[in-house]
Amino acid sequence: MQRGLDSETKKQLEEEEKKMISDEHWYLDLPEFKEKESFIIEEQSFSLCEDLLYGRMSFRGFNPEVEKLMLQMNSKNKAAAEEEETVEVDVSDEEMARRYETLVGTIGKKFAKKRDRANYEEDENGNIKPIKTKKMFLKPQD
Amino acid sequence: MAEVLSVSTGSVAGCRARAAHNVLNQVVLPGEELVLPEHEDVDGLGGAGEQPLRLNSGARPRLRVVCGPGLRRCGDRLLVTKCGRLRHKEPGGGGGGVYWVDSQQKRYVPVKGDHVIGIVIAKSGDIFKVDVGGSEPASLSYLAFEGATKRNRPNVQVGDLIYGQCVVANKDMEPEMVCIDSCGRANGMGVIGQDGLLFKVTLGLIRKLLAPDCEIVQELGKLYPLEIVFGMNGRIWVKAKTIQQTLILANVLEACEHMTTDQRKQIFARLAES
Repeated sequence: MQRGLDSETKKQLEEEEKKMISDEHWYLDLPEFKEKESFIIEEQSFSLCEDLLYGRMSFRGFNPEVEKLMLQMNSKNKAAAEEEETVEVDVSDEEMARRYETLVGTIGKKFAKKRDRANYEEDENGNIKPIKTKKMFLKPQD
Repeated sequence: MAEVLSVSTGSVAGCRARAAHNVLNQVVLPGEELVLPEHEDVDGLGGAGEQPLRLNSGARPRLRVVCGPGLRRCGDRLLVTKCGRLRHKEPGGGGGGVYWVDSQQKRYVPVKGDHVIGIVIAKSGDIFKVDVGGSEPASLSYLAFEGATKRNRPNVQVGDLIYGQCVVANKDMEPEMVCIDSCGRANGMGVIGQDGLLFKVTLGLIRKLLAPDCEIVQELGKLYPLEIVFGMNGRIWVKAKTIQQTLILANVLEACEHMTTDQRKQIFARLAES
């Protein structure tokens, strides 16, 4: 006993519904035109045009909190207007590369087996570097 | 004669458009069209004898220009909508700079991002209605104060003065205000304290007083200790130690719009003596 519709009849019904909906949609019979990219931006605010100071002011210590705010907000405006300075780096890139080089040796030594730890020799500077030669099985001569 | 007549009819009809950089700091009237300056690189390098390579053939690179209050975009040109002096600010970073019209008016139209002084006129449920001077009272939610939660409501009564920022302000919707910035800090916004005097001035005077190189406010500050709050909607609140000093401040600020520098200095000298 079949309940429900066949997949085919379902598809037909869906198509008919879509046709009905698209027929009812209204559209303008105009040719398409692309809106040119505008180079002019409209702004209604004066704060962008003129650098205005902060609106609350206090003089000769009448309201100390407002005086603190004045310093903060007016210095914020000046800092935003100045160009950004480059971020100073504490450690140079070359030093970082050197440190990473030695790190490979020390961490590698930690995970090496006891027999292989002898492969790690100490350099002149005290940096630990791994020697690549491994001990292979030597066949005894007759 | 015929040529003179044709020129005058042309100017009356307003069809001729002037270049924006020729009209700086001059009076412009509504209806005038201004042509923006194009990128002048090509001409300069051509004079030196080199031909620059143009990656995009034909189209010259145009800088982004911001048209501020009093100007509107009209195709590729700027259309003036207010009468006043045309001003220009050079760009700091990339971009073409800002053009705007320095006009004078008393009526405030709420603008997004402006700091304004408002008067609370009604309290309804979760929002306060604040009169900002525009066509509609702005709405201010009680959660838009620093440290306000549903249980910890701010202490705001009808008739209080609020210094806040407009967050929504366009011609289709009711303006909305907040007393908090995007990080959640008050930054001086909120209820303005007790006493003091609120009075109204023109919008142009506020901008003049808030300019970075304004001497009026600095000289006032040297007279006696005082506190001032400027709202971009033309309202100023002043407070000094005695009522008389407060009234003097209010009168001076209202009058300094129409005084010359010398008259102002005379008045300040007289006040400093007394």
